[in-house]
Amino acid sequence: MTGFLTAFSGGLGQGAIYVLLALGFVIIYKSMKVVSFAQPAFMMAGAILVSYLTPRFGFWLAVVLGTLGIALVALAVERVAIRPMVGKAVFVIAIITIGVDIVVRVVAGAFVGTDPLLVGDPWGLDTVLIGDVQVQQRHIAALIAMVVVVVALMLFFRLSSTGLAMRAAALDQEAAMAQGVSVGAVFALSWALAGGLAALAGVFAAAGNPIDQTFWVVALAALPVIIVGGLDSLGGAVVAGLLVGVVEALVRAYHSDLFPNLSTNTGTLAPYVLMMVVLLVRPHGLFGTKEVERV
Amino acid sequence: MGIPVVLSVKNLEVVYDDVVLAARGVSLEVPDGKIVALLGANGSGKTTVLRALSGMLDIHEGSIRKGAVYLGDEDVSALSPTALAKRGVRHVLEGRRVFKELSVEENLRVGAHVARKDLKTNLARVYDLFPRLQERRSGQAGYLSGGEQQMLAIGRSMMSDPRFLLLDEPSLGLAPLVVAQIRDIIVEINAQGTGVLLVEQNATMALQIAHHGYVAETGRIVMDRPAAQLLADDDIREFYLGLGAEGDRTSYRDLKHYRRRKRWAS
Ligand SMILES: Nc1ncnc2c1ncn2[C@@H]1O[C@H](COP(=O)(O)OP(=O)(O)O)[C@@H](O)[C@H]1O
Ligand SMILES: [Mg+2]
Repeated sequence: MTGFLTAFSGGLGQGAIYVLLALGFVIIYKSMKVVSFAQPAFMMAGAILVSYLTPRFGFWLAVVLGTLGIALVALAVERVAIRPMVGKAVFVIAIITIGVDIVVRVVAGAFVGTDPLLVGDPWGLDTVLIGDVQVQQRHIAALIAMVVVVVALMLFFRLSSTGLAMRAAALDQEAAMAQGVSVGAVFALSWALAGGLAALAGVFAAAGNPIDQTFWVVALAALPVIIVGGLDSLGGAVVAGLLVGVVEALVRAYHSDLFPNLSTNTGTLAPYVLMMVVLLVRPHGLFGTKEVERV
Repeated sequence: MGIPVVLSVKNLEVVYDDVVLAARGVSLEVPDGKIVALLGANGSGKTTVLRALSGMLDIHEGSIRKGAVYLGDEDVSALSPTALAKRGVRHVLEGRRVFKELSVEENLRVGAHVARKDLKTNLARVYDLFPRLQERRSGQAGYLSGGEQQMLAIGRSMMSDPRFLLLDEPSLGLAPLVVAQIRDIIVEINAQGTGVLLVEQNATMALQIAHHGYVAETGRIVMDRPAAQLLADDDIREFYLGLGAEGDRTSYRDLKHYRRRKRWAS
């Protein structure tokens, strides 16, 4: 039982990271109807930026500055590489985001030297005892950060005039324009939010481990997450992120019991298997709306 | 509201996708505080004129090839919808287009996007105009009836206290009783000082309340008269507006032909 709970808590921590990443995908999808494949690069760039800022500013301030910094980078990328393509096929824009991903990753990766690069988090692999379960502090921190972000986003989208304008633009772009909402500003802001969220996810993904050139691979699991949750559902991203994190961790923990003859751990595959099962039952994901494609 | 201003298009030519010519030299004026009707059959270019006035051609791959849009003396042809909304030009799209998954009040708050500071005053004014919206304020907009959705669409655009309101077929698909309600609301809004450009297929309703009327046909203005004259003239009723005894629509060219024939016969 404790083994189960340990794996479960680890899964929630990892799931919180997926949630942060998936929220960024969904926010961009809602505003542009495009899946941005640049999120992994922003996550990696965020972790690397924070690791450079921590020695100078201390970890906490570095996280704030790094998150804002990557938000600005994402904003600039949208303005320079994406905005001129608006109106082109969604597929074309998605391909361009892959190009953006590669460029940002290569540039950020140039700052990964031979010395181990650390974000300088205070948790490392330390644990606390909850009941009789050893829970890693970094997982608790990731969960708390995720909850704070989700609540902040909820308030932003419900109460602020800008957040409301973003929701309106997601529902009907032309009607939002007729209210004086600048759709360009909505695009820019959605990229900035997604960039910041990815950077924050990167900090927690890097907590306890050095950053290497393949660090961005973590973010790929956010793709099955957004499919499971529904491409256009923020709530879906939260539920699916945690679900995928937990399922992945449990399969990983019980791998040798389940598949004694397989040497490669099946945990990595779990998110994709879960995605296919969900798609068979609910073609638009758990919380996605049917009408995702619009002319 | 200061000195009177006229919202106008002069000699407007609009093309979509660089090929479809949808307005061919349209000139039209909406004076401050007046109701102007723009009538015409489907595809005659009415919506296109509204899009030019509100800066919404861009997203339809439409562009102004000749002529211009003026607010007073200023050429505003190149302004964005946001800039035009800030200057008091608000476009109520055909088909209501309320944000169905937002509440009624959230819809109204989005309508206040360019006038956030006056949210309270405008909300009170809109609820005063549409008590029904206040009753349903926290309900989801998608569950309103067609007439209520039209009221919400109009109310939403009133949330920035516009100087000019461009209404695209507000009576479309509504029962006669509801059409009469919408008509009265337009009169009330106009009485409070907003100029209205009313695009309608329901010519009778529009001409009842308009001061002036234009008739469009295949991208041109073919008739431009005080509304009372348009409404009173039987020929016009029958041939420009399709309100004749037989009820079917006839074109301008047929009318000229008919007139010659009529003179000949009498
Ligand atoms: N987005 C568009 N792309 C191409 N052609 C269009 C577009 N919108 C309208 N048109 C064409 O322009 C002409 C005028 O249309 P419109 O202004 O919508 O007329 P109305 O509102 O009077 O029905 C029509 O021939 C129509 O097919
Ligand atoms: Mg039309």
